[in-house]
Amino acid sequence: MQKHVIEVEDMTVAYEEKPVLWDIDINIPKGVLMAIVGPNGAGKSTLIKAMLNLVKPISGKVLFNGLSYECQRRYIGYVPQRGSVDWDFPTSVLDVVLMGTYGKIGWIKRPGKKEKEKSLDAIKKVGMEEFVDRQISQLSGGQQQRVFLARALVQDADIYFMDEPFQGVDAKTERAIINILKELRLRGKTVIVVHHDLQTVKEYFDWVALLNTKLIQYGKVDEVFTDENLRITYGSTDRVLKGEV
Amino acid sequence: MMSLELLLKDYTLQIVALGSAVLGAVSGVLGSFAVLRKQSLLGDAVSHAALPGIAFVFLITGIKNTEMLLLGALISGLIGTFMIIIIDQYTRIKFDSALGLTLSSFFGLGLVLLTYIQKLPNSNQAGLEHFIFGQASTLLKRDVFIMIGLGVIILLVVALFWKELKLFSFDPQFGKSIGFSNVKINVILSSITVVAIIIGLQSVGVILMSALLVAPGVAARQWTDKLSMMVILAALFGIFSGVLGTLISSLVDNMPTGPVIVVVISLIVFFSLFFASNRGIFWRHIKHGKNKRNINDSRVLINLYELALNHKDVYHPHKTEVINLTNNKDKGNANVIKRLLYLCEKGYAKRDYFDTWSITDKGIKKAKSIIDNQGGESL
Repeated sequence: MQKHVIEVEDMTVAYEEKPVLWDIDINIPKGVLMAIVGPNGAGKSTLIKAMLNLVKPISGKVLFNGLSYECQRRYIGYVPQRGSVDWDFPTSVLDVVLMGTYGKIGWIKRPGKKEKEKSLDAIKKVGMEEFVDRQISQLSGGQQQRVFLARALVQDADIYFMDEPFQGVDAKTERAIINILKELRLRGKTVIVVHHDLQTVKEYFDWVALLNTKLIQYGKVDEVFTDENLRITYGSTDRVLKGEV
Repeated sequence: MMSLELLLKDYTLQIVALGSAVLGAVSGVLGSFAVLRKQSLLGDAVSHAALPGIAFVFLITGIKNTEMLLLGALISGLIGTFMIIIIDQYTRIKFDSALGLTLSSFFGLGLVLLTYIQKLPNSNQAGLEHFIFGQASTLLKRDVFIMIGLGVIILLVVALFWKELKLFSFDPQFGKSIGFSNVKINVILSSITVVAIIIGLQSVGVILMSALLVAPGVAARQWTDKLSMMVILAALFGIFSGVLGTLISSLVDNMPTGPVIVVVISLIVFFSLFFASNRGIFWRHIKHGKNKRNINDSRVLINLYELALNHKDVYHPHKTEVINLTNNKDKGNANVIKRLLYLCEKGYAKRDYFDTWSITDKGIKKAKSIIDNQGGESL
């Protein structure tokens, strides 16, 4: 019987001499909406990328429902940072959302009618149905984020990783997105979100991980999201690493 | 139309032009992806890196066999590509520096070897220097058949992996997360690009091959917002400049083909940069000016409307100075009068006496609806 849907053990990541992530152990139960918070450069995005095998860790093991990422890939959805792509790319909203179906289609085969319908559904869900054929360079920041979210919804995954989905979006879009995330949780999905705004953590999430190279604390928001823990998390990275706090 | 007659009659020229057309199509297609992936200069480095391979093969075999020479070019081109990738990944040298390093070191070596070969007492060496600037007229029927074969294979690979290439060019990280190995797609794309460069060496040459790779993609991007359309247009631009360049160069004795093709495609690029329907500088400028005028017209009308609201008599005329919104009254008034005259013409305002103006009923209605739409409605 698997109790945790995500298990990370002894994960360390380093690009240069200084580690970006140091010895992370984390077990996440099914059906939580969890924020990863921490200062700039704390390794929040790297943690997600390392779990998704996009960054190669120096050491460590990640299991999804007891199996490796490669085995469970088709059940895992990912929303990268909006700024990670060139939005002047010559393609339409529908085309980008269709990319969410590629994983299940596999190499060479093309998306068909079924995939297109699924994508249109997802586009409707994020409130972008007016923009289906819109060229993506003509979207606002909030609309771009909705497109990325729709692409992840099409993946029809059980675990979602989202890298700063609220970055640079207006209040209306933020509300729309959080409603979709909460709905995903209601349906038993597990959602992990890199988050910046400490004000909204309590309102949006039920779990939180406080990260600053090391994992400071993680667990239910009520228990973990305390002033003391935040002070430790947002103190200097050197002190955290040396164990002075 | 002497060239057209020439093309219709001259069988050799037809063969050569066909080769250039294939080359133009293939490099247009692959160049589109290079442009979108912001790796336009990779092709430049690879083509320059091919030169020492050609020289080495000639030194070893002593004969000018096109297949062998191109095989040499392919191998040293691939070595150059891997060198760039390795420098980029395993040192702290940036990608552009790795390109520059590889390009100049390989090309330098190639020139040294070619110079050495020219001093050899071997009559076979004549013509090797054509690989620098290209000479399409040296193409044999057999060479063109090889080009066509390779070209068809390349286009088939692109069609087969279309979905993967699109994903890889737009969002490689996401692609990797859903199981499309970036390494695999990169190997596929790089290999067919290197092959395309190699088949262009004879007719365009190592120095200018990259222009044929990059320019059609850049020009095509100006005209469309759809990837498939962009790739097709780039292929057409490539074919056009390949064939026209070859014809022109064959009309003039000893005119190298590469530079002529590049001049033709550059003209297409410049035309596209300025006059493309959507992204062209010229049309954007016109559109921008029109927008600005439109918004200014609306603002003048709104101001007139607000002045009217603050007055007992709605139709009371106001002086230009009062209607003017800018601080620069001297310069601004003339402009505002122009805008007001336009509003009068449309029936939104009325000129009263000299430079005093009042709003009309139609103008009031229009102003209200503009305010409701937050300026989104045009006049």
